[in-house]
Amino acid sequence: MNKPLRRVAVFCGLLVLALLIRVNYVQFVTGDELANDKHNRRVSINQFAQPRGDIVVGDKSLTGSVETPGSDFKYKATFKDGPMWAPVTGYASQAYQTSFLEGVYDKFLTGNDDRLFFNRTIDMLTGKEKQGGKVITTLNAKAQLAAFTGLGNKKGAVAALDPRTGAILALASTPSYDPSSIAGTSKKTDEKNWLALQKANNPDDPMLNRALRQVYPPGSTFKVVTAAAALENGLYTDVDAETRSPLPYKLPQSSRNLENEGDLPCKNASLRVALKVSCNTVFGRIGQDLGKDKMREEAEKFGFNKEILTPVRADASVYSKNMDEPSNVLSAIGQYNTAATPLQMAMVAAAIANDGKLMQPYMVDKLQAPNLNVIEQTKPETYSQPVSAANAQKLQQMMETVVKEGTGTNAQIDGVTVGGKTGTAQNGVGNSKNPYAWFISYAKTADGSPVAVAVVVEDSDASRGDISGGGLAAPIAKKVMEAVLNK
Amino acid sequence: MSASNTSTISSVGAPSRRNTELALLVFAVLIPVFAYANVGLAKDGSLPAGLLAYGLGLGLLAGIAHLIVRKFAPYADPLMLPIATLLNGMGLVFIWRLDLEPSLGKAMAPTQLMWSTLGVALFVAVLVVLKDHRILQRYTYISMVVALVLLIMPVFFPGINGAKIWVTIPGVGSLQPGEFAKIIITVFFAGYLMVKRDALALASRRFMGLYLPRGRDLGPILVLWVLSLLILVFETDLGTSLLFFGLFVIMLYVATERTSWIVFGLVLSAAGAVFVSTFEHHVKDRVDNWLNPLALVNGGVTETAQTMYAFGSGGMFGSGLGQGYSRLIGGIAPKSDYILATVGEELGLAGLMGVLLLYGLLIERGVRTALAARDPFGKLLAIGLSGAFALQVFVVAGGVTGLIPLTGMTMPFLAQGGSSVIANWALVAILLRISDTARRPAPSPAPSTDAEPTQVVRTQ
Repeated sequence: MNKPLRRVAVFCGLLVLALLIRVNYVQFVTGDELANDKHNRRVSINQFAQPRGDIVVGDKSLTGSVETPGSDFKYKATFKDGPMWAPVTGYASQAYQTSFLEGVYDKFLTGNDDRLFFNRTIDMLTGKEKQGGKVITTLNAKAQLAAFTGLGNKKGAVAALDPRTGAILALASTPSYDPSSIAGTSKKTDEKNWLALQKANNPDDPMLNRALRQVYPPGSTFKVVTAAAALENGLYTDVDAETRSPLPYKLPQSSRNLENEGDLPCKNASLRVALKVSCNTVFGRIGQDLGKDKMREEAEKFGFNKEILTPVRADASVYSKNMDEPSNVLSAIGQYNTAATPLQMAMVAAAIANDGKLMQPYMVDKLQAPNLNVIEQTKPETYSQPVSAANAQKLQQMMETVVKEGTGTNAQIDGVTVGGKTGTAQNGVGNSKNPYAWFISYAKTADGSPVAVAVVVEDSDASRGDISGGGLAAPIAKKVMEAVLNK
Repeated sequence: MSASNTSTISSVGAPSRRNTELALLVFAVLIPVFAYANVGLAKDGSLPAGLLAYGLGLGLLAGIAHLIVRKFAPYADPLMLPIATLLNGMGLVFIWRLDLEPSLGKAMAPTQLMWSTLGVALFVAVLVVLKDHRILQRYTYISMVVALVLLIMPVFFPGINGAKIWVTIPGVGSLQPGEFAKIIITVFFAGYLMVKRDALALASRRFMGLYLPRGRDLGPILVLWVLSLLILVFETDLGTSLLFFGLFVIMLYVATERTSWIVFGLVLSAAGAVFVSTFEHHVKDRVDNWLNPLALVNGGVTETAQTMYAFGSGGMFGSGLGQGYSRLIGGIAPKSDYILATVGEELGLAGLMGVLLLYGLLIERGVRTALAARDPFGKLLAIGLSGAFALQVFVVAGGVTGLIPLTGMTMPFLAQGGSSVIANWALVAILLRISDTARRPAPSPAPSTDAEPTQVVRTQ
């Protein structure tokens, strides 16, 4: 009987071996996957097992943590001035994960980041609770306040940069929401609040970060890019010389004329005048003369057609690659498919203000460990050089003329040189919806330009005729610039 | 044995290994005590209040069991008692650890400790009363009747969570007669097969290279097959039917040494399983769950998925005792059917493999006992008990880890459940009794003057 017994012994051994292989597969091979599965509640439990690190502006914390007794989650995130800062901080919700800075730096804020390993180990050995790191942002509280209050009840967005470094100074989007309302009080209210914020239930889409994640047709503000392309490609060299611009100007391959907004002195107008009064014909003609590829190349040097990581992702702005000639002409004046985020247009203004050198935009100055050690410090980096310094100065003169005596007079600040460009972009088929009012600008002091800003106001209760970048958007840009200049 | 004999008869000097057992038992008690302390420190930052009582209690149980083995089964296998003690002790720690989660209902560790005590009492009783395992042979057909009654009983009681494997006695609680039937039916098989093995093995026809049994010999196996299918259908208990059928096939194979029985057994059980799973929705759900463990059901995370998450989150070394979240599995089974998930999460892959190896070791010691046994009944009984134990461990652990569809059985010793722990202590006691008989040295020859180095030759 011993032969079958030995075989049964082997069989029993194989059963145990199969189990051992299986647990190795489950716990070792697929372990990480299971541990981080989105339905595995441990992920959120760990996320909120310790007080979350703060996101800091200046020396003020935007976020905090409070204990939530009687819950799986020990702590929840709190937000000061939530609606104002939501486009920067994003949300950190027990039930709905995280977004923006709270999302990008989740591991750092929870203390789980590999770079905090030594802190964790020391805390563990000394019996202290695990602590999260701090994210110190580049934002300017006064500029943010100016942007947010400037937008007020209107739907729109503001992005402001320091042209010299690329540091983001303001990032506002309205209508906004309070991340505290979904951070985790009770499952029921959170769910109700969350659903009320979703686009499907709320046409205003308050959780949309319009400064980074919404592309708008930039309208006339894009003419700055077209002017830059003309200068860079040697189409024109003198901003005060006459251009070859017929009026009326018939669109290529079409029987339609490209119209200006009103009876403007655009026939063969110089670049300076054309920008000052915002001639469609002059810049449309430049688009036709340069062709779509040169136009696109210039736009891409400013950052178009690429996502930008600040490190929060900003959507790619668009200058189309494949289109016919008349579409390219319309694209050159910021219509047709051309679309840009407010951040992108702020980058355009910043590049010109910084003598042609575009700095990589960023919103995190440094990451700080709980023991105040700086773990990571962002150094300003050059993104590209879309225009030469000489051409940049020409463009500055043109933009300053716009503010001094053109469509952008609302942005004038006493004693400070301001350059800008208005825009009023069509919206909807046959311009049936409220147009978008744009304004991009920069301010200049003795030591370079400390601020460039882009403002877009999506719609308004004002009548259609009143909507213009100069009327609605320029005053907001002015307030933001003043806030940065300490005026 | 006097030392003077060693030079003459070598088989006589087999050491009893009782001191090995005692040394191992010290560890088997200390490890759960440290684990218990660990849970308390992790959960509350202080040593648990019941630590001393728990340690003394477990030590006392192990000590009594050891003394009884020393007295009544001195040559028994030295590994089985320590392994059973360690698994039982760790099981108590895990159940107590899960008792600390308010979401999992009332505390069950105290009752489990009581059941464990009863289990050890039965262990002692078996060793004291059952002087020789061959006595059981007399009760072959009585065992059959008792086993059948035990198996059929749950049909008349309401099912719990879809499986009718319980007998509810008001005021006492519920019993799982299947756990006891497992042992009693093994006694019947061993007795029956010992008598019939020659008929089953020799009277066969050769067909396609296989020795096929005669129709009349096929009778018992077909009856068993039908019975296990009936258990499956009426008690919706996949695990128990698999266990009994597998047990019978293993014992038939050992008794007859005919591979054809295995082929037969596999074909029949596969056919039965497919047949039943097609119309029995309870079984079908289990299979669906097995194929898609992480799928959401009605928008919620299933217990199966929670179990997988627990294993995955445990990773290599686990979260540490008391620091896991296996309570998320919820429901009523984290302390019983799903206890391995807590082991996997808190002790990690390393700890879980350790526990599985302990089971593997216990099973192989049982098989070794079968090999060493000198009588066919003892061999069949030992292999039947160890085989049943192995199948149960495989079916439960395989089910919880998603290797096979989940069935409603409990991990021997580890999981919460009175019937299981009592029955398994009895099972270990019988194995110890068989191994004691097997390893016991042959009775010493009557003092013979032949053994004396110098002697006077008497010629009478």
